[in-house]
Amino acid sequence: MELDLLTRRSQYEWEIPKQGRMRVPGVIHAGAELIGSMDHKVFEQTVNVATLPGIIQAVHVMPDAHWGYGFPIGGVAAFDPDEGGVISAGGVGFDISCGVRCLHTGLTADDIAAVRNPLADRLFQCIPAGVGSTGAIRLDDAQMDAMLTGGAMWAVANGWGTPEDLERIEEGGRMRDARPEMVSAQAKKRQRAEMGTLGSGNHYLEVQLVKRIFDQAAAKSFGLAEGAVLIMIHCGSRGLGHQIGTEFLKRMVTSAAAHGIWLPDRELACAPIDSELGREYLGAMRAAINCALANRQILTHLVREVFGEHLPQAHLALLYDVSHNTCKLESHPIDGRERRLFVHRKGATRALGPGHAELPEALRGAGQPVLIGGSMGTGSYILSGLPSSEGRALSSACHGAGRAMSRHQASRTWRGRAVVDELAARGILVRSPSDRGIAEEAPGAYKDVTAVVDAAEAGGLARKVAQLEPLICIKG
Amino acid sequence: MQVPTPDSAESGIPGLHARWEHFPHEADMGVRGFGTSKSHAFEQAAMAMTAIICDPASVKPDQAVSVHCEAPDDELLLADWLNQLIYEMAVRGMIFSRFEVHIDRTRLDGVAWGEAVDVRRHHPAVEIKGATYTALRVACEHGEWVAQTIVDV
Repeated sequence: MELDLLTRRSQYEWEIPKQGRMRVPGVIHAGAELIGSMDHKVFEQTVNVATLPGIIQAVHVMPDAHWGYGFPIGGVAAFDPDEGGVISAGGVGFDISCGVRCLHTGLTADDIAAVRNPLADRLFQCIPAGVGSTGAIRLDDAQMDAMLTGGAMWAVANGWGTPEDLERIEEGGRMRDARPEMVSAQAKKRQRAEMGTLGSGNHYLEVQLVKRIFDQAAAKSFGLAEGAVLIMIHCGSRGLGHQIGTEFLKRMVTSAAAHGIWLPDRELACAPIDSELGREYLGAMRAAINCALANRQILTHLVREVFGEHLPQAHLALLYDVSHNTCKLESHPIDGRERRLFVHRKGATRALGPGHAELPEALRGAGQPVLIGGSMGTGSYILSGLPSSEGRALSSACHGAGRAMSRHQASRTWRGRAVVDELAARGILVRSPSDRGIAEEAPGAYKDVTAVVDAAEAGGLARKVAQLEPLICIKG
Repeated sequence: MQVPTPDSAESGIPGLHARWEHFPHEADMGVRGFGTSKSHAFEQAAMAMTAIICDPASVKPDQAVSVHCEAPDDELLLADWLNQLIYEMAVRGMIFSRFEVHIDRTRLDGVAWGEAVDVRRHHPAVEIKGATYTALRVACEHGEWVAQTIVDV
């Protein structure tokens, strides 16, 4: 992206001034170098989102932004229903409530050294991953609806987890006001065999090591120490969410004109929040959020079983679970007035600052854990929300490294087996059913995650708490 | 062992001039089909989609699945066609390697032939979440039809 298209507000805040049909400006939260490496499509997509009705304040673009569909990946936009604001199926995307969950193990690298290979093999065996994989759980119609209403709370009530897990999940593990009756029979059918599955693409389950602590006080509050072993799970609402996204995208694009909405890009298909279709999507999308929360809860149970076999002394307590593809009703102070807004985060993580009422008591001092997934080779980060997060970008931060290279190019640049061997030589065990899938996800296909989190910190979106490196990676 | 997967191919059917290719997108993948008719271009776009998952040549066209969809214009019809195939792959656990499409204005009747996913034989790289409306285009240029979109993986 050309910097001369932007107005510099500060070193880490660059504005796309209002132009054409834009109702608000765009604000890119990154330094010149990261912005320079962003595709021009990020600019175009930000401009397009800014034209949507009822948008408030600005389209915020995170430091890991890249070319998405409709919204840029790393885009945040809030809408006011009282000002004709919209909800966009394209803005949330196909992988509704895709997110990251981080678990403690109570172990150190030394504790797992002797069992790393069998542990990797057993995790790969027990965690359904990749194309065509299915879970062991089958839900009947009533159970499906109960899952879509209850989320992780439903999963815990059915024995997949403990009540203590729930307070460490956004929304207490259950998204309220979900409407399973708005989820089509096709979407439910697509989910039948997919409960407790990881998926493929950039989804993964990793065993990670805390390599470095940046903020001792926050780390203590999160229960993190150098040398500790953690589990990170990245996945979403599986086939159910994909099908809901597909169906509402079409319904919203074909009804946009009737709702008086001009779409600069059909992928931005949306409906007024205060419309029948808007309410139906909201109910279905919230059901998909519950599906994602239940799915990550079931995967947690499977991981606990595997650790129980190999490392019975392990205690897999949940640190936090946060989604990064959602639309949520939230309160934000805008120009000195508290407003209830529908905030779309597409590839962006909510980052609540210290003291926020929605945080569990134990996390209120340090702020919300912001879980940043990197690539297989470069590791991940845990950040925390800052008092400045709210004012900067509606309490939002980055979600990952962001791709620097297309899958197409990556699969032509690397061979999966070579990537696995190279990582194994560095002590990282990769297990995956697909060599090409690994090539497409090769560490070199991603931006430097460190540059992304440094920008998030420098820009006041979140602060660095810990850097993690992978020990075992299960890829779909 | 990683199986080299093509990123473009001719249909091989004389006189059809049908072919497909992938085109890059930063996070996902573009599929593009060409043909002497709109229907052939749709068939080739579907073939390009299979090639994101695995080498189409590894998939036996043993079992037929009928697909029907309706949309107000050609582009939404293409997205519908690909999304119906994604749905059928997901719920049946299949991959397809042969396609036949008949389009009558806003309606599409198609058949996809394929088989159950066999991880050892197909080496599937990635599952497809949905066909997007990004870079979505159906057009006739110099007598050749092109049908393309980005799919989310």
